[in-house]
Amino acid sequence: MQRIESMMIEKAKALLSSGEVNRVLGWKKGELGFDVEPCVFTSEDSLKDFVYNAFCGANLSKYLVGETKKEGKILVFLKPCDSYSFNQLIKEHRINKDNVYTVGVECQGKVDNSKLKENGIEIVDGVVETVEEVTIKANGKDYAFKKDEIVLGKCSVCEKKLLSYDEVISINEKRTPSIDRFEMVKKLESMTADERYAFWKDQLSNCIRCNACRNVCPACTCTKCVFDNDNSGIASKANSDSFEEKMFHIIRAFHVAGRCTDCGECSRVCPQHIPLHLLNRKFISDINRLYGEYQAGEDTESKGPLTNFTKGDAEPSEVFGGNN
Amino acid sequence: MQEINNAKKPLIVAFCCNWCSYAGADLAGSSRLSYPAEVKIIRVPCSCRVNPMFVLKAFQRGADGVILCGCHPGDCHYTTGNYYTRRRMSLLFSMLDYLGIERERTRVEWVSAAEGAKFSAVMNDFASKVASLGENKRLEDLRCKE
Repeated sequence: MQRIESMMIEKAKALLSSGEVNRVLGWKKGELGFDVEPCVFTSEDSLKDFVYNAFCGANLSKYLVGETKKEGKILVFLKPCDSYSFNQLIKEHRINKDNVYTVGVECQGKVDNSKLKENGIEIVDGVVETVEEVTIKANGKDYAFKKDEIVLGKCSVCEKKLLSYDEVISINEKRTPSIDRFEMVKKLESMTADERYAFWKDQLSNCIRCNACRNVCPACTCTKCVFDNDNSGIASKANSDSFEEKMFHIIRAFHVAGRCTDCGECSRVCPQHIPLHLLNRKFISDINRLYGEYQAGEDTESKGPLTNFTKGDAEPSEVFGGNN
Repeated sequence: MQEINNAKKPLIVAFCCNWCSYAGADLAGSSRLSYPAEVKIIRVPCSCRVNPMFVLKAFQRGADGVILCGCHPGDCHYTTGNYYTRRRMSLLFSMLDYLGIERERTRVEWVSAAEGAKFSAVMNDFASKVASLGENKRLEDLRCKE
């Protein structure tokens, strides 16, 4: 992976100096080692802070909605999951494709920062990554982890490939996932309604309505969101009632149904660790079951499942899965 | 006063499309077929006008059941509106079920303008099912309760 990082920096420098692009969208190292953040680099000098390692979980495609409206081309690095979001945004005409130069980069799974704390790691001094293992230097010693122990939930089930790029940087090392991504959805479906209600009540009552899940989601790109409406009764504030928690999360998931690429950003950024991806995956699994296999972002042309229909679609009364 | 509250009947919100189901309700009335008085009809231009938010808002404001009625698939006044409704509501109701909200509280029925009898039968059946579930507790907003 360290090799990839230097190849990426080289590429960025070459494109900046040739004038092909005037900005680079990538990841910038943080102060604590693991707090890598998305950043727009404007000069070759500023690229000294550029980083690509096991902590670069953030999806960069949403930033392009604003960035491609600006003057000049921007270089963006897309991981496999980001490339689906990128395609989906192109399909929805949210990104100006002429203003972006895409470089696909390989990914072997990204670290879940919340799992660092569990292991007593507060400040990361360095990280070495192979296909199946991550070694994190912290507290003056080396912590070795198997990938499955430490990667984000979205990475442990990731089967995504690089889809959209002008160029690709790869050393051809790819992990294969061992878990079915719908496992937890199926488990919930097989519970009784009472158990499901208890599960979600427990989870959603943790919500502090910080709106991080909405703000980070590459499918949520409305300039004015329904939840920003002061009259909606649930505008940008802490929940005062259990209804709001459910309403917000149902509507959030519904608004991206059929467009959600399952990039898992919502769960990654949730400060309360609510498994929000389970709501999105429920829609994905229903769509797959009822309307045929569909992966949002796989292409830039086809109609999404909720903007399309067939005459023989299932009736709403026939669709319930699981026990009652 | 207490007794009246205890005997509270379930509140049902029915979204009916202007062209078929609303006329179906009208026919039920003029044919003297009864349907429960607790069914409150909201007329919408087409069943696909119903935003998922409307359904949730209805529950928030105290509905115990929500039913959507539209033209039969293929008969939509706007040609294809109810096909979209069918997909949307399938997903929405499945999601409500996934969150543990009783699945009998939501329903979609296709009722044409000529089906007054069906309208009455559907509403009677739905109201009795919702009544047997009792008050909507899982998707209520306490601030909207008296």
